Amino acid sequence: MKDSPSSGAAFRAVLRREFAGYFRTPLAYVFLAVFNAFAVSLAFFVGGLYEAGVAGLDRFFLYHPWLWAFLAPAAGARLWAEERRQGTLELLLTWPVTVWQAALGKFLAAWLFLACALAITLPVAFTVGWLGDPDVGVIAAGYFGSLLCAGACLGVAAVASALTRSQVIAFVTGFLGCFVLVLVGYGVFDELLSGAFSSGAIDEVRRVGLWRNLEPFTLGLVDARPAAYFLSVAFAGLGLSTVIIERR
Amino acid sequence: MPLIEAKNLRKSYGALLAVRDVSFTADRGEVVGFLGPNGAGKSTTMKLLTGHLRADSGSAAVAGHDVAENPVEAKRHLGYSPEGAPAYGEMTVREFLRFAADLRGLADPAERVRATLDLCRLGEVAGQSVDTLSKGYRMRVGFAQAVIHDPEVLILDEPTDGLDPNQKHEVRRILKDMAARKAVIVSTHILEEVAELCTRVVVIARGEIRCDETREKFLARGADLNAVFRQLTA
Repeated sequence: MKDSPSSGAAFRAVLRREFAGYFRTPLAYVFLAVFNAFAVSLAFFVGGLYEAGVAGLDRFFLYHPWLWAFLAPAAGARLWAEERRQGTLELLLTWPVTVWQAALGKFLAAWLFLACALAITLPVAFTVGWLGDPDVGVIAAGYFGSLLCAGACLGVAAVASALTRSQVIAFVTGFLGCFVLVLVGYGVFDELLSGAFSSGAIDEVRRVGLWRNLEPFTLGLVDARPAAYFLSVAFAGLGLSTVIIERR
Repeated sequence: MPLIEAKNLRKSYGALLAVRDVSFTADRGEVVGFLGPNGAGKSTTMKLLTGHLRADSGSAAVAGHDVAENPVEAKRHLGYSPEGAPAYGEMTVREFLRFAADLRGLADPAERVRATLDLCRLGEVAGQSVDTLSKGYRMRVGFAQAVIHDPEVLILDEPTDGLDPNQKHEVRRILKDMAARKAVIVSTHILEEVAELCTRVVVIARGEIRCDETREKFLARGADLNAVFRQLTA
């Protein structure tokens, strides 16, 4: 049998290693438990999912931008910061893999991990289905939108991780970046901007808010514009982190 | 065509010129010892050869592939162990080597891992995570990932640093066994290593090559190698 070096082999190896890496420490299980606990608690105890008496998950998804803003940087902090800290970045980048392949493999592994976190909340959807007669398409669209939202937050986290060798700094920086994207679109943010910008300009700014773009999905609308927004942020973050690592 | 070719490599970090116009070649069967004081530019030269750093000017080629223009192809022919032999600490030795084999797209990766564990005498710690290994074993793991694909070019940054005499002897033995089929560059502070292992010596100081000659010629400079070293790097 001959060696078959290909860009696909390198990408797949990075993807597998990174995804398995999340489960090598108990931290991943803590992460999944925390995400699940917060997602469910916020929906039921803060959002009043049960009291609302509506067979839908809009109150469940309402808090997802906040959850992703906190947990995507937590999952993404290790992407590059850990490689820098361990000195393995030098090793990885002297193996036959391009920075782009490595970055994509790492990013997709982290996104897949966040998808696992989201999948663990599926019993909430089953519960709503058991209690009432929800529109399955609307719930599926909500989950799809939430996953895209997670990707956008991960894009911000990837940039933060590429900038430092400290996972703590990467997490805080990533969280702050995502926090701004969550705040945009909330009334308090509008008030802050109202002194300096016209209402038209503020409305434009609101378009980049995470909730503003997630909301159509929670109503069952799989719209191209918010999907493109989330993917743009995700892949812009991925691209920028790649450039940062290439110019290290 | 030589397996390693550096032409007028130049690299600076801000105002500091770390490598200035370094040129040399190495061919199959040669073990080139890079000697020089700390901060002389040895590691930077190695990083330029491996494509980890980009040269400000000049060029480097591995097995005929320019590391700047065709980096992935150059890296396929290259095994490199950076200083301190970094590795993914949370992986076991076997998992780490399997990752290296998979990333390189090696045929029968399980067999390559087994053979490399045998070659580097890592079998007894194969199931241990890298973080729990002694420095000697960690250095061997770094060496193992560099040779798992049996590369034509081997670049090792202080591969015997921190090893006890028996471990040093072991690494040198493995290198000697491989040397006939490869071009090897080894950076070291240990002057005796030159006599025991290298076929050629390149002395670097302040970013430039001060001497590039055969081992015999270098050893003939004087019985006191420390004095020779001091004189060349002054």
